[in-house]
Amino acid sequence: MTPLSKTLTIQSSPHIGATSSVDSIMRNVVFALLPVCAFAIYVFGISAALILVVAVLSCVLTEHLLCWFAGRPTTVGDGSVLITGILYGLILPPSLPLWMVVAGGVIGVAMGKFLFGGLGYNAFNPALVGRAILQAAFPAAMTTWPSESVASFTSLPSSTLALPLTKPVYDGISAATPLAKWKFEQIPTDTTDLFMGTVSGSTGETCAALILLGGVYLVARRMMSWRIPVAILSTVALGSTLLQAIDPTRYAGPSLMLFSGGLMLGAVFMATDMVASPITHLGCVIYGILIGLLVVVIRVWGGMPEGVMYAILIGNAISPHIDHWIQPRVYGTASRGDVV
Amino acid sequence: MRNLRFDFFRGKTFAHGIHPPESKQETCHREIQQFPFAPLLIVPLSQHIGKPAVPVVDADDEVVRGQLIAAADGFMSVAIHAPASGIIRRIAPTPSINGKMEPAFFLEPFAASTQEVVEGTPLDIDSASGEQILAAIQSAGIVGLGGAGFPTHAKLKIPDDKFADTLVINGIECEPYLTTDHRVMLEHADDVITGVGYLLRATAAERAIIAVEANKPDAAESLRRVLPPSVPITIEVLPVKYPQGAEKMLITALLGREVPSRGLPLDVHAICVNVGTAAEIGKLIPHGLGLQERVVTVGGPAIQRKGNYRIPIGTTLRFILETLGTEPDISTVVMGGPMMGAAASSLDIPITKGSTGVIAFTERETGKLRSRKQFPCIKCGDCVDVCPLFLNPSQLGLLAEHGRYSSMVNDHHLMDCFECGCCTFVCPAHIPLVQQFRVAKAAMRKAARSEG
Repeated sequence: MTPLSKTLTIQSSPHIGATSSVDSIMRNVVFALLPVCAFAIYVFGISAALILVVAVLSCVLTEHLLCWFAGRPTTVGDGSVLITGILYGLILPPSLPLWMVVAGGVIGVAMGKFLFGGLGYNAFNPALVGRAILQAAFPAAMTTWPSESVASFTSLPSSTLALPLTKPVYDGISAATPLAKWKFEQIPTDTTDLFMGTVSGSTGETCAALILLGGVYLVARRMMSWRIPVAILSTVALGSTLLQAIDPTRYAGPSLMLFSGGLMLGAVFMATDMVASPITHLGCVIYGILIGLLVVVIRVWGGMPEGVMYAILIGNAISPHIDHWIQPRVYGTASRGDVV
Repeated sequence: MRNLRFDFFRGKTFAHGIHPPESKQETCHREIQQFPFAPLLIVPLSQHIGKPAVPVVDADDEVVRGQLIAAADGFMSVAIHAPASGIIRRIAPTPSINGKMEPAFFLEPFAASTQEVVEGTPLDIDSASGEQILAAIQSAGIVGLGGAGFPTHAKLKIPDDKFADTLVINGIECEPYLTTDHRVMLEHADDVITGVGYLLRATAAERAIIAVEANKPDAAESLRRVLPPSVPITIEVLPVKYPQGAEKMLITALLGREVPSRGLPLDVHAICVNVGTAAEIGKLIPHGLGLQERVVTVGGPAIQRKGNYRIPIGTTLRFILETLGTEPDISTVVMGGPMMGAAASSLDIPITKGSTGVIAFTERETGKLRSRKQFPCIKCGDCVDVCPLFLNPSQLGLLAEHGRYSSMVNDHHLMDCFECGCCTFVCPAHIPLVQQFRVAKAAMRKAARSEG
């Protein structure tokens, strides 16, 4: 028996903890996005690679510098801004001038995230905020899409390196996206092409297959709410099926609606942003249905072919209110707030 | 990994909860051993919820093992018996696990005495009335041995306007590391059944259900073997999940009834008694004995000779750790289980009736927990998914951060939280939610006291 002389460490229970952490969640989201990034570069060539790198760098540096100006430790290490940067790059047209990429990234992180207080406090998805700003400021550049068939690993579209505040010159390679083709010309696109992503569109949102794969990975690792994408996608599928039944010549069917534009990337990786989505299961379902409805309404009756970005941003705005109204029913009470 | 598993088709259980690593392998096969007497036993006067017991012996008095040394003071109080034959050196304040100083007997056991237990007045169980059984339980000094320390006779006393149809015997023991109830069910199954018989008599309940988690199949088997055919006692094996041992969760799992918020199990006609308590009742009451030792799991990575020990009440942590040996880098000693237990601030804290375990961790484990970086809440909802009471810990945490304690209580049912720690366990942002809730509850209680 040896006498014990030891200073005890006092800590509050629980004295054991699970291994999950915010940075591991963020790391896994990045993993899930890597195949999507690789495919984007494969389809759109060196300009897509440049856009992704510039998008990531502008977002990460903006957060780092803002933290430095504010005199607090940098929050770049938590990985959330890396995801913002990647997602932001993935939702931009592949031939967008790089200076616009920088401008949107800086504004997205500064206004969409830092202004609200950083990770955990942002009301909107910062990547979407950045894109929304660009959409408002540079509508022409944001709706000029190069064809996927011109992937080039040796040369850049002339617009990519356009000087700031000049009107970008396009190479005459632009093509309509599947949604635009349908909306303005009623030309459908082959479902396999849509699913595999060999169509024109934003850098990383064309390949539904890889996006779904990433989503399945995150759901399997329990790092994503499956209810949100499932609610969004089934609402869109249901809505478009109904509309198609009414008039198949005017309304696109579920396969075009589901696999085209930003819906897949938005439903799987943007709307599921934990901070800007509701916290309860029921809340997530309501939020998803709401976004799905908005997507259908904006795409079908709106002035432009795409509407996922606005649908999600509106969903983000309503999310805190959903959380306020949909509280879990507390054990031992008949309903929310009542004592039996 | 979130440590959640699907609970569909896994048998009766409650909603939500978590699956922490069980860590029971190291002690669940170790037979209960008698622990030696320490050179000094520190026996607090308050080892139960309610009024502290009143000393009936003085400093310098000689006492015999099992002798009454403090009597119950009113209904919400129980007796205390001498855990060893020896001399009461003094009655003085001593540190307790909840951080306060509390008066205690300092008892120096005789070195060479036989330490035989003094027999009390036995209760003739066949003729005893319910009232007599309750009185015997009170004077035997029995409190809930699951940790909370609620006087058992008070729990069994049914008001005239209420009734109990089911007696739930809690053999769940869902806290990681702890294996005392497991060993008691294995080694003292007959005491358990005898005790449950008395409890049925005292409460006039129609039936008793002994609930055992599926990770102790041998315990359920050992109870089944001694189950008398004529007594309405059944054994239910429930799927493993934390915190199934919490009274409310267990009642919901077994009976599908929900105990009302701020209510008692009796409101849904159930009474819940820990299986170790039932065993002590079965062992002590027929002989008129008093509770003066209890089974404690001593384990965790920092303990060398881990096991289950029958430890005299009043044995200090220091004596236990020195006797069983510790790793050199021992850093935290927890009384109770790792999910809900409290870290000891001093090694002079004694084992009391409510001590279920002494779990010691090394610097490696505690340092890992401490060094985890805290992030802002990312609203992942994991805490909402695991809270067995369907509270919204994320929301409560945000309110706590802003000091909005009254909103936590009035709008978000803070006072229902029994601090199981599930939310804190799963939180990927490593926010100390339970700690925040404790602070908020304490502040609100203090405010209520100063007003009233």
